[in-house]
Amino acid sequence: MSMPSTTISQQSGQGVREMTLGKAINEALAEELRRDPRVFIMGEDVAEAGTPFKVLSGLVEEFGPARIIDSPISEAGITGLGVGGAMTGMRPIIDLMFGDFIALAMDQIVNQAAKIHYMSGGKLKVPLVVRTTLGATRRTAAQHSQSLHAWVSHIPGLKVVLPSTPYDAKGLLKTAIRDDNPVVFFEDKMMYQLKGPVPEGDYSIPFGVADIKRVGSDVTIVATSSMVQVALAAAEILEKLDISAEIVDPRTMYPLDKETMIASAKKTSRAIVIDEGYERYGVTAELAADIAEGAFYYLDAPVKRLGAMDVPVPFSPVLEDLTVPTPASVVEVAKTLCGRV
Amino acid sequence: MSQAKASKAGKEAEEKLSQGEADRWLALYEQMLTIRIFEEHVNQLYITAKMPGLAHLYTGEEAIAVGVCAALRRDDYITSTHRGHGHCLAKGASVDRMFAELLGKAAGYCKGKGGSMHIADQDTGNLGANAIVGGGAGLATGAAMSSKMRGSDQVAVCFFGDGALGQGVLYELMNMAALWKYPVIYVCENNYYNEYTHNSETTAGSMLGRAEAFGVYGEMVDGQDVRAVEAAAQRLVARARKGEGPAFLLCDTYRYHGHHVGDVSRSYYRSKEEEEAWKANRDPLKILRGWLIEQGAASAETFAQIEQRVEAQVSAGEQFALDAPYPDPSEVAQDVYA
Repeated sequence: MSMPSTTISQQSGQGVREMTLGKAINEALAEELRRDPRVFIMGEDVAEAGTPFKVLSGLVEEFGPARIIDSPISEAGITGLGVGGAMTGMRPIIDLMFGDFIALAMDQIVNQAAKIHYMSGGKLKVPLVVRTTLGATRRTAAQHSQSLHAWVSHIPGLKVVLPSTPYDAKGLLKTAIRDDNPVVFFEDKMMYQLKGPVPEGDYSIPFGVADIKRVGSDVTIVATSSMVQVALAAAEILEKLDISAEIVDPRTMYPLDKETMIASAKKTSRAIVIDEGYERYGVTAELAADIAEGAFYYLDAPVKRLGAMDVPVPFSPVLEDLTVPTPASVVEVAKTLCGRV
Repeated sequence: MSQAKASKAGKEAEEKLSQGEADRWLALYEQMLTIRIFEEHVNQLYITAKMPGLAHLYTGEEAIAVGVCAALRRDDYITSTHRGHGHCLAKGASVDRMFAELLGKAAGYCKGKGGSMHIADQDTGNLGANAIVGGGAGLATGAAMSSKMRGSDQVAVCFFGDGALGQGVLYELMNMAALWKYPVIYVCENNYYNEYTHNSETTAGSMLGRAEAFGVYGEMVDGQDVRAVEAAAQRLVARARKGEGPAFLLCDTYRYHGHHVGDVSRSYYRSKEEEEAWKANRDPLKILRGWLIEQGAASAETFAQIEQRVEAQVSAGEQFALDAPYPDPSEVAQDVYA
């Protein structure tokens, strides 16, 4: 993978390891559990099983079952416990195995966690992290494959994080755990094995700061989470066609770094937004509108959007692969935008 | 005086309420009356169009909030409901800031951002009234979990109505509270109506049996008798504080007004006769007053003085709120994030 251009090079004086995104998340959790006794993890099969994705392996051995808590299959209930615990002195991390299951916990997230600080006139706080997943192409069909981050990004009171590299995942998760607000943290299931450099020692990445994952001059590709790798692959192909793509990863849906996206679009005069959520009424629409409003007089063409196809995610691999943006589909759009078709 | 008579007189003196006990029940009477009069003022504010929005009055159910909160410490937690004014007052909220919140004023408990259905008061352990039916279940059980994790002996009380028995999340939480012995008490105020529908049309099986199924210790109590409610709450709070786990207290009660202040034509779902019978025979204030007079612990004059005092205090609180300024417009975007 490409080295993040702006961030990791700033870490100096310490060793940098190659590690998977899953391991980076595990490390962030372990370090925060060690640092702060108020932090605990609750979810289905989070302890000995370490989740089906094995992201939490080893934590219960170090921190014990009082802090790594296997729960019943009760997404609403455990999220509710997290909200109440967060309001009264704990810093819970609730694990919702598949992002699709967030539907079961929506009242707790949307009507409780997101509203309590405001409704109480700023007196009560909810320092809660809900970790969940997104991403299709795992052949798990319509109820285990959705990317529903637009739902929570819509809600004032929530912060929403979508890391795309091991480095970002670790630094952003630490910020999430230390934040005094409810944060929903989406991890791409297909990226858990993705490797990348992660420095030794403690670091955190502030929310609301986009990262330019690749510098370019002809077209801006704003990509989130799983789509960052797709964008990087597309950029390699585009380079051979003499099209220089700049890749902007907002990293957090809220707070959102509009300035970096807009500045890039002003520089390149063309922009594509790609995201694995359903295309209609989704993240791509929101980000495209921000770019269109902020860079209108600099754009040579309308902002293009690529989201997941507006169908329930099908099982058959032949069908499923048609539903998400690919390097090839991004290249086609970029070529069109740059007048190369 | 014969030996026998002297002995009998001595026994009567023993059974007579001590001054301390009498004062304690009079204080609880005053709390119930404060809620009653507060709610009547709220109703008037609605009728005279001085209050924005709606309110769900607690009138008739006062003995439950007062009886349960009498068993709690200030640092114990409660979660409340859309019909929450009584819980907030019983846990220690003051009438002036309550009225201010109801009128959307800056001096309100939530700076006017919450209103009638969202009054929260961290200082008295009130984690907030909740306008989602059953919405407090996660918060109260989570607070109880937090208390246990922190090694504190605080308990949490989750108030809800019979309508919340239709919400599945309540059962997820009762299951976990029993599994992990969280110090939480689920107080079900069964006033028989889910909004405008009698619960015989909505609720199958046994209410108390729901708790039993999870191994949550359950008791049923006359929710109009504050002494019975208080005694049950003392038992359940004590066992929760000792680490003996959650409990479910089913309280039989009645709401005198409609579902909310605007629900005045109720004949399609309940009869005037039913309402009048509860008011005449099962009124929590009458029941306690009658008992205290019977005990010789207070006179009609005492109650008149209490009423005068409460009326003056509630009126002053209302006037404070009416005179208080609205929030500055700049407040609208404050407190979205901590």
